[in-house]
Amino acid sequence: MPAETATTSHYRLEHAANALRVRVRGHWSLEQGVPSSEELVRALESLAPEARVVFEDDGIEGWDTSLVTFVHQVAGFAAGRGLATDASSLPEGVRRLVDLARAVPRAKSDRPAADDALLARVGGVALHGWGTLGDAVSFLGEVVVAFGPLLRARARFRRVDLLQALEATGVGALGIVALINFLIGAVLAFVGAVQLGQFGATIYVADLVAIGIARELGALMTGIVMCGRTGAAFAATLGTMTVNEEVDALQTMGLRPVEFLVLPRVLATSLMLPALVAYADVLGILGGMFVGVALLDVGVREYLVHTQSALALRHVIIGLVKAVAFGVVVSLSGCYYGIRSGRSAAAVGAAATKAVVVGIVLVVVVDAIFTVALHLLHL
Amino acid sequence: MEPAQIEVRDLTMAYAAHVVQRDIGFTVGRGEIFVIMGDSGCGKSTLMRHMIGLNRPKAGSVFYGGEDFWAADEERREQLQHRFGVLYQYAALFTSMTLEENVALPLTESGIGAREAAQIARLKLALVGLAGFEEHYPAEISGGMKKRGGLARAMALDPEILYFDEPSAGLDPLSSRRLDDLILELRESLGTTIVLVTHELPSIFELGDKAVFLDAEKKTMTAQGKPSELRDDSDPKVRAFLSRGRL
Repeated sequence: MPAETATTSHYRLEHAANALRVRVRGHWSLEQGVPSSEELVRALESLAPEARVVFEDDGIEGWDTSLVTFVHQVAGFAAGRGLATDASSLPEGVRRLVDLARAVPRAKSDRPAADDALLARVGGVALHGWGTLGDAVSFLGEVVVAFGPLLRARARFRRVDLLQALEATGVGALGIVALINFLIGAVLAFVGAVQLGQFGATIYVADLVAIGIARELGALMTGIVMCGRTGAAFAATLGTMTVNEEVDALQTMGLRPVEFLVLPRVLATSLMLPALVAYADVLGILGGMFVGVALLDVGVREYLVHTQSALALRHVIIGLVKAVAFGVVVSLSGCYYGIRSGRSAAAVGAAATKAVVVGIVLVVVVDAIFTVALHLLHL
Repeated sequence: MEPAQIEVRDLTMAYAAHVVQRDIGFTVGRGEIFVIMGDSGCGKSTLMRHMIGLNRPKAGSVFYGGEDFWAADEERREQLQHRFGVLYQYAALFTSMTLEENVALPLTESGIGAREAAQIARLKLALVGLAGFEEHYPAEISGGMKKRGGLARAMALDPEILYFDEPSAGLDPLSSRRLDDLILELRESLGTTIVLVTHELPSIFELGDKAVFLDAEKKTMTAQGKPSELRDDSDPKVRAFLSRGRL
């Protein structure tokens, strides 16, 4: 008489001589879930090495993947302990699927095990950072080299790509650049008026806005807007081209991706950003004038005269020179992360995010370098 | 008489004013392997998209067990869609998820607990020969393995019907053969009805119980029947297609 060790609504366990009988019954469906095999696993652990696990049909009313999952799990555990399994009395479909699932041996992972120790993680981050830095410098070198053929008018890229990039980075950005800079000019005037008003010097708001926008904020805000707009677009476009093997195709055609794809974009952004900044300067000053005239009772003529007297040409030129540098930084960041993107949708998203974040950081860093350098030069 | 598991009735497919195919009609019985074939650009995949609810027909409809799919409201259509799984041409695995997460997604979304969903996902991956690759991301495996991963996800919920869009495209002969064997095994073990969109002749003859041929020029189906019998069809284009141009 076999000893019954456990009973569930789906199966019953019986210990027999050198065998554990798993008497399967009832209706098995995914909606009811897969029964826990813990009881069964405990029973298997107590079996002698020469014992067998025998599945028996004890009135199976219906089955689906839940039964196959259960039998596959138990058979896998039994195999791990060197125990034989006999499922010959189960429905043919179940047997065939379990056999199919066990037909291909489990692949051994060839991945190195992740080392979670703090030191290992710090080392990993440092090595990755060093590798990225080296790669970025190498990319920068490729771009500089690509400018050689451009200067000799022998650069290999489609002129229409350059025109499209000029249109996308220039005309396409007029709306957002106008809105942001008009508002920045207005905010600057408003904040300045509160402070200067305490000294009865409200009229100097015009000077503050003119110098602040032309020398600093016009270029900085436009650079940041272009990071989010153009840098992300470059990264997404080139990343998708990488996924679609279009970048590989260029290489096998003997065309350098940096020359064909990156050069027109860097050129277009560097040319259009100064134009956008000149436009941003006008809009920023108009924003300041709007606040001055509407809220601070300054006359239009008076405001413009103060703006003209405060705005030396060097302030405008400094803003425009910065704009060229920001254009280079924004486009390089977008193109670098796009060209180096992984080959998946998630990787393209990550490339666009990195392009924007790194681009903004670089714009601010470059701006800080300009500020220090101009201070040292007494400009 | 029990209605056919799938019936396509007087179906016309169009993108805006451009008609792709018109007056398509056929039935697929339970447990059958049905092949949609035709030359490139004839609208095979478009027909599948109309059958699985991705494109609304210009005219006609698709019936599941006698129920008009396109006359049903959105909620009912979603319920009907749970009856079938789809293997897309490029597998369409979610690249931000591991293989196990990909297969477990439809299970957890249908209310199955995370632990059980993971067990079932591992079984499904083992069924397609991907045991040991549960933690791999789609970008880390080959094209054939992606296809098999996509199949594991398509059959996660034990669908009554499995749709395959060009299952052999991009696969080497051995991988293609293994996938064909798997399709047959699924039909034999689970009684799954299978609809294949393909122009791979070995698969058509080995797997197909019935087939329909879509003609790109005439913009309608020009033949249907057993693939072996269609080799002698009265339409020379069908004969040429099934004999690789050797008439």
